[in-house]
Amino acid sequence: MILVEIISWIFIIAGALLGVAGGIGIHRFPDFYSRLHAVGITDTLCASLFLIGLVMQTGMSIASIKLCLIFILMFFSSPTSSHALADAAFLGGLKPQLDKDDD
Amino acid sequence: MKHDLILRVIAKYLFPVIALFAFYVLFHGEYGPGGGFQAGVILSVAFIFYALVFGMETTEKVLPLKVLRVLASSGVLTYAGTGVATLLMGGNFLDYGLLLSSKAAGQQLGILIIELSVGITVSAVMLIIFYTFANRRRPWEDHHD
Repeated sequence: MILVEIISWIFIIAGALLGVAGGIGIHRFPDFYSRLHAVGITDTLCASLFLIGLVMQTGMSIASIKLCLIFILMFFSSPTSSHALADAAFLGGLKPQLDKDDD
Repeated sequence: MKHDLILRVIAKYLFPVIALFAFYVLFHGEYGPGGGFQAGVILSVAFIFYALVFGMETTEKVLPLKVLRVLASSGVLTYAGTGVATLLMGGNFLDYGLLLSSKAAGQQLGILIIELSVGITVSAVMLIIFYTFANRRRPWEDHHD
């Protein structure tokens, strides 16, 4: 099935591009919250797109069921870890860095 | 105290998944990557995660330190006991082939017992180390009692 192959590679490449975008974001953004915003959003979708692409590559087998379980785990744990990090930083009193002209 | 609601709900559902994965790694060790040590570490990670979210008092109610000490020593005892059992059955130390009538089945059973005992000991010792660090009294709190 050449069509499934093409679609799966589109998913994998899109996931890889999102991962690179998240990496650039965590490197370039100025403070903790915006860095977490960049990587917390792209990370979940990056892993999800990778896993969807890989499920299409493997087809119906025990490996694709395991990949689906990993997908469910990532889908719940990744946003929760981002939330926990941001929550801990906020409760710890870390203020978001606003525009430099303000102060 | 509503700020950690999401974490608590997710942790409640994530704990059995992590523990199940530990047992998958443990009992899959003879076919694929994994084994007793890794499974023990993953199982202890599940309890450490529980302790981080729900606090040390709750975790010590679930899994007291006394139970951990018994588990840690019973794992070592099972490991050595299997070796001594094979010695008594007329083979070398940890010669699993003698455990059952057929050699292949005996070896599979033996490696599972060994991996299980390694896993129990590793997870118990990891949790004992974690309990020791987590219950350490801070130096500046010494005056109060």
